Amino acid sequence: MAKHKTPLLDQLESGPWPSFVSDIKQEAESRAKNEKGLDYQIPADCPEDLLGVLELSYNDGETHWKHGGIVGVFGYGGGVIGRYCDQPEQFPGVAHFHTIRVAQPSGKFYTTKFLRDVCDLWDLRGSGLTNMHGATGDIVLLGTQTPQLEEIFFELTHNLNNDLGGSGSNLRTPAACMGMSRCEYACYDSQELCYNLTQEYQDELHRPAFPYKFKFKFDACPNGCVAAIARSDLSFLGTWRDNIRVDQEAVAAYVGGEIAPNAGAHAGRDWGKFDIVKEVVDLCPSNAISYEGGKLSINDKECVRCMHCINTMPRALRIGEDTGCSILCGAKAPILDGPQMGSLLVPFIEVNKDDDYQAIKDVIEGVWDWWMEEGKNRERVGETMKRLGFGALVRAAGVPIDARQVQEPRHNPYIFWKAEEVEGGWERSIDDFRKRHQR
Amino acid sequence: MAFISSGYNPEKPMENRITDIGPQHFTEFLQPVIKKNFGKWLYHEILEAGVLKHVAESGDAVYTVRCGTARLMTVTHIREICDIADEWCGGYLRFTTRNNIEFMLEDEAKALELKKFLNGQKFSGGSIKFPVGGTGAGVTNIVHTQGWVHCHTPATDASGTVKATMDAVFDQFTDMKLPAPVRISMACCLNMCGAVHCSDIAILGIHRKPPIIDHKYLDNLCEIPLAVAACPTGAVRPSKVEIDGETYKTVAIKEERCMFCGNCYTMCPSLPLADKEGDGIALMVGGKVSNRITKPAFSKVVVPFIPNNPPRWPEMTDVITRILNAYSEGANKYERLGDWAARIGWERFFEVCDLEFTEHLIDDFRDPAYYTWRQTTQFKW
Ligand code: HEM
Ligand code: HEM
Ligand code: HEM
Ligand code: SF4
Ligand code: SF4
Ligand code: SF4
Ligand code: SF4
Repeated sequence: MAKHKTPLLDQLESGPWPSFVSDIKQEAESRAKNEKGLDYQIPADCPEDLLGVLELSYNDGETHWKHGGIVGVFGYGGGVIGRYCDQPEQFPGVAHFHTIRVAQPSGKFYTTKFLRDVCDLWDLRGSGLTNMHGATGDIVLLGTQTPQLEEIFFELTHNLNNDLGGSGSNLRTPAACMGMSRCEYACYDSQELCYNLTQEYQDELHRPAFPYKFKFKFDACPNGCVAAIARSDLSFLGTWRDNIRVDQEAVAAYVGGEIAPNAGAHAGRDWGKFDIVKEVVDLCPSNAISYEGGKLSINDKECVRCMHCINTMPRALRIGEDTGCSILCGAKAPILDGPQMGSLLVPFIEVNKDDDYQAIKDVIEGVWDWWMEEGKNRERVGETMKRLGFGALVRAAGVPIDARQVQEPRHNPYIFWKAEEVEGGWERSIDDFRKRHQR
Repeated sequence: MAFISSGYNPEKPMENRITDIGPQHFTEFLQPVIKKNFGKWLYHEILEAGVLKHVAESGDAVYTVRCGTARLMTVTHIREICDIADEWCGGYLRFTTRNNIEFMLEDEAKALELKKFLNGQKFSGGSIKFPVGGTGAGVTNIVHTQGWVHCHTPATDASGTVKATMDAVFDQFTDMKLPAPVRISMACCLNMCGAVHCSDIAILGIHRKPPIIDHKYLDNLCEIPLAVAACPTGAVRPSKVEIDGETYKTVAIKEERCMFCGNCYTMCPSLPLADKEGDGIALMVGGKVSNRITKPAFSKVVVPFIPNNPPRWPEMTDVITRILNAYSEGANKYERLGDWAARIGWERFFEVCDLEFTEHLIDDFRDPAYYTWRQTTQFKW
């Protein structure tokens, strides 16, 4: 017998898509049965109370969660988000219901051993409810109480060999696409770079010292599977400088219909016979492709590496071999001044594991030093960049000025020349001037 | 309930303390074929909706079966997932950015068998536990935020709106019939933890009433200067009010300046915005993050407000399916939703999707608004 009636939520049990309501109900049942005889460290009926409070929100059209307050583990400023229910008498099981962010492995590959260990921990010391995963990328464990926080942290670090993620005004848990693990488009090892920087900047991740949050995301090619360009203060997008590798035999196989275009991504519908001119040549945004006499040629100097031809014929075309990444800066959601896409700060940088990615770290630290000096409280680096100008950011990052950094040159001649840039400087004598001009 | 210590000693918090170790190295978690061919992949194919084949230079192949999930999942459910991975995949699996699960196998026939098995697993309420799909020119899982399940600022629920939407577009998840991939994202307030601002279709919770001021408690619970500084439009200023003969330090809000972002509430719990009639959903379309063919683009608001109508938000799913159908019929192969709308013209987009264009869709927020107005006489009747 369910603890709370949930007629509205029950309607979300039907339909084909996996129902979170059914799942929470099965968790409630499992906790009630407690077959393993666990000594649950937070109320066993918290899943039922969560359904209860959610049903109340479905009736009220309003949330019933309160502000965080300061909770966390000793020495860390991030990783735990305080959460309290504003109807604690009705729903004591979720009266205190803090969230823990757990650092996820790069690319989100797992062994069942690790996941089962997380489950055991969260069974005993938490609600048994999780988000796999949070929007930032971490494993999000939903719902525990303050006395459990240190215990959870102890078990995570001692038994699971794993750390908390970030929250607050710090470096958020970096996230990477699966890259070289399984993707032939990867221009650099996004997972390794993500891992290396995560380790390098653990202090920044756990002890807030920034004006506001800061995110790294790593897409190993311009397809952007983790949406780095839109979601991270510094986005690392794989790219190449040389030529797309072409296998003419495979091109012929696409034209002949032996291989399905776009890896079969359009198989659900009859789009007619593959037409290489219409579907590849004419869609190339920089008109870099031609197809004559059964031969595909690419004018690589004009290619903007949009990935379309490669995505369309993955067996015939491959990314180049002189690979690295572009770094973009300043993406964020609309708050406060409207949405921002990352702006291209570094067109190309080598991703060099042998020197521990020093070139990339130099850029990062240049940007951070500048932003920590100039950024206002709760100002994302993209906003600082807008306020003080992209040129200032480029200087801070210590990278060369490049025409690639802009879509087009400025529309106004309001140029902030500096005294040292003008012959003779700004210091002049009014008496000299008056010798030439009467008052 | 007796407190169980894991070994942590509050008297000596630094004893044996391990900190700043980060996540484990990802290579600890790679399936053997994946590990062996790391960085040496040649090409891939989608064998059927939800089933991928990746071929490496060595000739090795790995087959991936991708299935959708509700990302809010319980440990009971995760253990079920682990059971499947143990039985079929040697104990390895991965999650995608969009909360799909991927099971990786070395045998094609087994992969197709696993697809059947996964599609047959049902929750007690009838929904499919692990629907296979989410590949190619279709809709994949929705990235989303917390909503009424766990956050203090939402204007709508996240898990519920996502479930309702995925039920409505389920065919597009299990098939690949659209002109190009369609990414749907959901965020329950303007903070956009889910960063929905670059999605083909974005579901966004919005408030429409300025904060209620809890004058009697505000000064006790909040730093007034922080609340004032939090407001992006300068609508909040310090003030005093008299209630029952007592004077309270508090704030005043210039209501006509408020754009209902909730920033002040984040800084100050005495300024709640949530309201049954005021809150609801805005729909945005036409964003993308990939550089493929056209540039990454922001989503644009096409429906300024849809009331919250839980548990299934029928007005919202109706508009979403209408937009998807019009796009599916009108767009060229490979053309993303926003590119299609730009090609036919946004004035035409509203017509073919049968949506009303209202004054609220003309941007009036700061400088960037200017770049969204039309500075040409090239338009369509
Ligand atoms: C106390 C206030 C806030 C709380 C409790 C909060 C909570 C969260 C949570 C729980 C997540 C992870 C969401 C998920 O995984 O589903 C998140 C992510 C995020 N939050 Fe907030 N948030 C707050 C304020 C803000 C503000 C003020 C902004 C913007 C100005 C913001 C923007 C974001 C973004 C863009 C992400 C994630 C984007 C990504 O990497 O995918 N949040 N926040
Ligand atoms: C830095 C300050 C100025 C800026 C940024 C500026 C900008 C412009 C621009 C963009 C145009 C339009 C050009 C076109 O349509 O091709 C224009 C036209 C014009 N400007 Fe300026 N202007 C400035 C200062 C001035 C000043 C001080 C004067 C007068 C002494 C002036 C006189 C004109 C005139 C007469 C035109 C019209 C030209 C035509 O239509 O043929 N401008 N200005
Ligand atoms: C033939 C071309 C493409 C291939 C082979 C491809 C490959 C992949 C692969 C392997 C993944 C899983 C990676 C991961 O989750 O970490 C993925 C996910 C994703 N891709 Fe692509 N991609 C292609 C085109 C695109 C395009 C054009 C876009 C966007 C415009 C895109 C956006 C995404 C997104 C948002 C995800 C996350 C989806 C999820 O987690 O289910 N991809 N893609
Ligand atoms: S971003 Fe590029 S390299 Fe990374 S998984 Fe996506 S398609 Fe592959
Ligand atoms: S990658 Fe894009 S720009 Fe380059 S040749 Fe191919 S289609 Fe053209
Ligand atoms: S988008 Fe807003 S309401 Fe939703 S989880 Fe993020 S802060 Fe909370
Ligand atoms: S909701 Fe936003 S705009 Fe309105 S008063 Fe608060 S901070 Fe200002």
